[in-house]
Amino acid sequence: MNGHAQYIAFRAILVKEVLRFTRIWIQTILPPMITTALYFVIFGRLIGSQVGDVDGFGYMAYIVPGLILMTVITNSYANVVSSFYSSKFQHNIEEMLVAPVPNYLILLGFIGGGLARGLAVGLAVTIVALFFTPIPLHSLWVAVSVLILTSILFSLAGLINGIYAKSFDDISVIPTFVLTPLTYLGGVFYSVSMLPPIWQSISLANPILYMVNAFRYGLLGVSDVGLGVAYLAILGFIAGLFGFALYLLNRGYGIRS
Amino acid sequence: MTPALSLHNLTKVYKNGITALHGIDLEVAPGDFFALLGPNGAGKSTTIGIVSSLVNKSGGTVRVFGHDIDTELAAAKACIGLVPQEFNFNIFEPVVEILVNQAGYYGIPRRVAFERAERYLHQLGLWDRRHDQAQMLSGGMKRRLMIARALVHEPRLLILDEPTAGVDIEIRHSMWSFLAEINATGTTIILTTHYLEEAERLCRNIAIIDNGRIVENTTMRQLLNRMNSHTLVLDLAQPLATLPDLPGFAACRIDDTTLEVEISRDANINALFTMLSRHGIEVSSLRNKTNRLEELFIRLVGNKATPGILPAAALAHPCASEDTA
Repeated sequence: MNGHAQYIAFRAILVKEVLRFTRIWIQTILPPMITTALYFVIFGRLIGSQVGDVDGFGYMAYIVPGLILMTVITNSYANVVSSFYSSKFQHNIEEMLVAPVPNYLILLGFIGGGLARGLAVGLAVTIVALFFTPIPLHSLWVAVSVLILTSILFSLAGLINGIYAKSFDDISVIPTFVLTPLTYLGGVFYSVSMLPPIWQSISLANPILYMVNAFRYGLLGVSDVGLGVAYLAILGFIAGLFGFALYLLNRGYGIRS
Repeated sequence: MTPALSLHNLTKVYKNGITALHGIDLEVAPGDFFALLGPNGAGKSTTIGIVSSLVNKSGGTVRVFGHDIDTELAAAKACIGLVPQEFNFNIFEPVVEILVNQAGYYGIPRRVAFERAERYLHQLGLWDRRHDQAQMLSGGMKRRLMIARALVHEPRLLILDEPTAGVDIEIRHSMWSFLAEINATGTTIILTTHYLEEAERLCRNIAIIDNGRIVENTTMRQLLNRMNSHTLVLDLAQPLATLPDLPGFAACRIDDTTLEVEISRDANINALFTMLSRHGIEVSSLRNKTNRLEELFIRLVGNKATPGILPAAALAHPCASEDTA
């Protein structure tokens, strides 16, 4: 395939992926908006008023970056893992496998779908958040780049989960038992400086902590970790997961007999 | 002339240790309408899976119009259109989207893809259902949708894995006409089917695979010429108590009004009817007991043909019971 044909193939996968989640927007876009509104009402307004300021910001404003990023993470992951596994389950992944589309384009197409849903839901949640609190913007570039990179990273993770999954149970195990705990313990609702020293050290092993704090820096200008370290961690994970996902696709793991 | 498909020493051993293909060799000429037949589990779908890159081969070479799938996979894939045995489209996608997306995977611009989708959906009688989700289609429509999808990038080699399974007779006949037209335009077609009448009617060349080995590879005409005899079923106008002597014919009485007569290739059927008339036996209708290819198929693959796919009567010798002449 020449460059133009590859662009057409990539766009076809991307359009297919975007149409998939927009067709079922009641399952994909609406629930995070409602969940986030509940977080703001309960944690932000009712409990947050008792908490006081964190790092110089009201509690509601402090948790906004974490909530947006948490939504982006879960939706990017969920989009790709469910789409890829459904494609395997219904065998329509074969539509791509029999075509001359290179594996890296299949990978990029699914990542594009995860990114599109992550950003769409992130935007929707941001709009909901604005009903509760003004959101400062310290650095647009940092905020947007962290959002995009994080979405890409978890789209890749979702794809790998989808490749390995052999049942619908398998696509819920990682989000339930790994992703959600890491997200909640990744400083969405608190600053790690509030933890005892031992837990601060343990928290530093949680990659989501770096993403949440880097995004928080983009909006609020405060972070528990260095920005450079955060970018390095995110980019490192992306490179590693991209290489691994491509390796699995090239080997045909889970998709070819 | 470069073969449309060339398999050399193709081997497949699955992870569970089962050897599905024992080094098969096969060539399909460009423009051919080729039948690949065999009982269930013989290796047909594995062969098709390897050719279309859905199954990794264990050994051997596959060339599609000269493109080796080991070194020119993309070029080989571009030549192939696949209609798999199982429905494998996203049931929630609208019909036209399935075709346009598929064209996109081959690098075909959306405008061209829509034009082709319209053409093939019209030809296959699905245009009115183009905006319906695929799950809303009937079984026959889903089969036709898969054919349209396989054609949307206009492949040189169309591989059909049991394309008419579960399709009613009328639609099956219209699909045969459509496939014959596609073949007449130069598209090479490889067909697997359990409807042997379908293979006999459409295909010029044939390979029979059994236990992962090619047990027959010849022209349809040559294969059918090997039939030394075939069996006619005669329905009688009046009940017949005992079967008279019919010299030169092996006949048996199935019931009061049914006879089965084995006719050798050199026999004169007129002589049979003359003898029957002489005995006052009036024949109201006659038919072949089984399709000729079915009889050969049974002989070639022994008793492994799947029960239910072939008429049970085909498995028995016509004169296995009852009195014989």
